[in-house]
Amino acid sequence: MTLLGQFALWTAFLLGLWCAVVGFSGRWRGRPDLTASVTRGVYGICAALLVAAACLWKALVTHDFSLEYVWAYTSRNLPTYYVLSAFWAGQKGSLLFWALVLSLFASAAQALSSRRYAALLPYVAAVTSAVVAFFVSVMLFAANPFERLAFTPLDGRGLNPQLQNVGMTIHPPMLYLGYISITIPFAFAIAALLSRKLDTGWIHAIRKWTIVSWIFLSVGITLGMWWAYVELGWGGYWAWDPVENASLLPWLTMTAFLHSVMIQEKRGMLKRWNLGLIVGTFMLSIFGTFITRSGVIASVHSFTQSNVGYFFLAFLVVAGAFGFTLLYTRWPQLEPEARLESMVSREAAFLFNNLLFVGIAFSVLWGTLFPILSELVRGTKITVGPPFFNRVNVPLGLLLLALTGIGPLIAWRKASTSNLRRQFTWPLGAGGVTALVLLALGMRDGYALIAFSLAGFVAGTVTQEFFRGVRARRRIHGDSLPMAFIRLVGRNRRRYGGYIVHVGILIYCVGFAGMAFKREREATLKPGQSVELRSPYGHTYRFTHVGISQYQALNRIVSAATVQVARDGKAEGVMTSEKRQHFTMENGDKVPSFEPSTEVAIRSDLREDLYIVFAGPVNGTEEAVYRFTINPLVWWIWYGGFVLLFGGIVTMWPGDGSPMPAPARRTQAGYGVTLVGAGERS
Amino acid sequence: MKAGTKFLIGAAVIVASVGFLITEGVKETGVYFLTPTELASKTAADPTFYDVGLKMGAKVVPGSIRRDPATREIDFKVSDGRQIYPVRYRGLVPDTFTDANDIEVVVEGRLGHDGVFHATDVLAKCGSRYEAAKPTRA
Repeated sequence: MTLLGQFALWTAFLLGLWCAVVGFSGRWRGRPDLTASVTRGVYGICAALLVAAACLWKALVTHDFSLEYVWAYTSRNLPTYYVLSAFWAGQKGSLLFWALVLSLFASAAQALSSRRYAALLPYVAAVTSAVVAFFVSVMLFAANPFERLAFTPLDGRGLNPQLQNVGMTIHPPMLYLGYISITIPFAFAIAALLSRKLDTGWIHAIRKWTIVSWIFLSVGITLGMWWAYVELGWGGYWAWDPVENASLLPWLTMTAFLHSVMIQEKRGMLKRWNLGLIVGTFMLSIFGTFITRSGVIASVHSFTQSNVGYFFLAFLVVAGAFGFTLLYTRWPQLEPEARLESMVSREAAFLFNNLLFVGIAFSVLWGTLFPILSELVRGTKITVGPPFFNRVNVPLGLLLLALTGIGPLIAWRKASTSNLRRQFTWPLGAGGVTALVLLALGMRDGYALIAFSLAGFVAGTVTQEFFRGVRARRRIHGDSLPMAFIRLVGRNRRRYGGYIVHVGILIYCVGFAGMAFKREREATLKPGQSVELRSPYGHTYRFTHVGISQYQALNRIVSAATVQVARDGKAEGVMTSEKRQHFTMENGDKVPSFEPSTEVAIRSDLREDLYIVFAGPVNGTEEAVYRFTINPLVWWIWYGGFVLLFGGIVTMWPGDGSPMPAPARRTQAGYGVTLVGAGERS
Repeated sequence: MKAGTKFLIGAAVIVASVGFLITEGVKETGVYFLTPTELASKTAADPTFYDVGLKMGAKVVPGSIRRDPATREIDFKVSDGRQIYPVRYRGLVPDTFTDANDIEVVVEGRLGHDGVFHATDVLAKCGSRYEAAKPTRA
């Protein structure tokens, strides 16, 4: 099996080289046989990698511990679900996963793209194949999942208990899918540059891909936050760790890109900027992989330090140099077709939105790299942590939130005063009322007040857009209220899906702002003893330590500490937090594997989470050490994730989704800047 | 004034604000990240370096952890192989914090005049977290 896997990897590698060489050379022009050969090469790579993946999965399922990878990440007592997901739990397997998924995407790009992009597709194949070949070469020369041990151990080491969590089995592949799918827009951008077909064709070709990859990134990041929150037990979900930042960076530039392409489609502006953004986003995705896998920047998340990182660094430099050189050589052909006409216009709002996204991305990158930069320049390592990132990004983020509400209200080209009055009255009113209500309720935290008020403003904007759209449909078509709503969204999915995404984002922001009111207390309690904690809403929670019980489960010994919760003197039931020690069996003895892990007790509602961590017993007695935390509004973040996902799916639902004739669309407000011109519909 | 010029001014304001926030942020919140050896040479060269907020990255000396669960106080020693510092911390430590096999930690806090590093935060990174050393035949 390992031999077959090895052989499959080599096949994929050589096919990848062939496609890259032929594709980049351009010799396929006027040679249908070569063009076909490149396309078939892409499918061939995919087939070879499917074979390799099947080999690894088979080895995992059959517990073939002669493979180092299988030994390192599974054991006989590991639940089957985690045996299957161990495929991407470690460095080597995740590389194979990455290559496999990229080749699937690459095949889909070839098979699903309309024939009108035929002049781009062989170049696209060249780029995707080169990237796949790179990933396969990392496996072949540095981190081979089919590496054998010198002997066959009886049992494996098992999966780290912190990774034995459903979120942790879905979060990495989601994030990988996001990272990986960025390659396709990048490939189309390079193809457009190489073929000098620099109209909006490439942007139309990748529209769905960019949204798909943005959704995967968003969901992957959110799942990572959720995993950190429920599994790691430090009471938060985001620590501005380099690995977390690495996932945020491409998300930021991708979000900027999603907005700025609309200006290019509508007005023919920002061509260079968009190409630069997509090349930059691709580089940031590779940079993220480099950070995660090289250990150059101290992170609690890093994979073991290994030379794999330097493969990625080299690749990053080559890809960046190639992309930006190419962009430079095509510079004169990328003249904008229009100029900015007014500062009070949709274009200007989008431009500022882009500047802010890139500014935030830059500050996150700067803060992440600062230890390295300061060591290079000043000789001493200086680090910045969460206080830095919050100081810089909270004000910038709030500005962006404000633009989220402003952008959809301003007309294209030049907004008139009457237009502004008509559009802004209600949303601004909604924001103002939110601020007044919160002030009256006694909220005094400045940033939180601004955040909630802006959320009210954005909610006002979106509500007004939906309200006016539905009203217009009812008037013109005589639809019933629900039908008008469904048709409104269905006929203009990109615009209204985008609004739904905005609602998701504002719900996230409400959740983030809630953390300003976090309350926390540590205590060592004997059975019967209790502590009190006041919630930000003015309630008093009393936590009474009941006792500790111990029992053995499938592959672990569990100490469970139980706490009785009362709110304002009224009993609210019990919560149980656990300390788990996983073990493996060796010669009939239980041998502890990994460090002990904590199961946090969490009780959520829309207002606040009670979050209890059992840190361990005192010297084997029933006295327990606890941390009690009240986290307001955390649930909103996960809820915002669902709304965002739903909006994203609406946006990219297959089909045209914009039946109105193009000229009418030029004048209307809203995001629905689909395709001007005939290109898409021909 | 043309819209393009106005936009350039707006853009310059944003770029300047981002730059200002970054430089101020680094100045206000940046802390040294030192190894025990670097910290020792800093304090030797400059006695005012005590009680300065910093981060120290080192390995936990095996067997050095003393826990007092009742007060949640933890004493341990860290070392980079050449220089050793005792560390005192009050609070909960992550599950990965053990003195078993060369755990890497980052402690944040300040070095007191008593020669003890008073930590306000302890981060532990476990070498075995995602990757394992190869098994040796028993």
